[in-house]
Amino acid sequence: MENKRPVNLDLTQFKFPLPALTSIAHRITGVMLFVGLVFLMYGLDLSLSSEQGFAEAKALFDNALVKFIIWGVVSALLYHLVAGVKHLIMDLGVGETIEGGELGAQITIVLSVVLIVLAGVWIW
Amino acid sequence: MVASVTSFGRNGLSDWIIQRFTAVVLAAYTVFILGYLIYNPELTYEQWSGLFACTAMRIFSLLALLCIGAHAWVGLWTVSTDYMRSTAVRLSFQAFFGVVLFAYVVWGIQILWG
Repeated sequence: MENKRPVNLDLTQFKFPLPALTSIAHRITGVMLFVGLVFLMYGLDLSLSSEQGFAEAKALFDNALVKFIIWGVVSALLYHLVAGVKHLIMDLGVGETIEGGELGAQITIVLSVVLIVLAGVWIW
Repeated sequence: MVASVTSFGRNGLSDWIIQRFTAVVLAAYTVFILGYLIYNPELTYEQWSGLFACTAMRIFSLLALLCIGAHAWVGLWTVSTDYMRSTAVRLSFQAFFGVVLFAYVVWGIQILWG
């Protein structure tokens, strides 16, 4: 394919609007969950394997690094969930204007930050 | 209509609807599991294994597992087709995450019925 269109997009020159940032964060957290799932699956496997495995999983959870990884994965999950619900609401035709998109992005950020902090409190 | 041989449902619209249906299932499963863990801070092995031994929970879990496979395929497919311009790199990555997602599903079945 011949492409004669000029390519001069300098991304550093752009100021991304908030909905663009929440959208890219939705993608990033999605990829994070694809990777992070291995930790959740491992934990589920261990905890259901036997009485001893359950105790091992509980003991693992006392480790600060493990807590941090779980908090990271749970945070990605919570953000992805909130942003996803916003997507479904927009699919119903709610908040499709420029102002609505901006407000939706603000609500997404505030709500997910609150949930992520609460998750941190719960885990520690 | 967007049609691509590597898309999950063979066309953009069916991928779009699959993404929405699986999202609702995964949201419900996430809320249920988080709610259960928050509600049972002193969880024991008997309670936990009992939960996953009941048929309804196994159906719900297997459904969530299959939804993860489909949802992640559509999501990662979208992201990879947007950012990976080289066909060789993109197809290699898509083959890679396809295998990983398949492994997640098989591993999950093994956890539930192992």
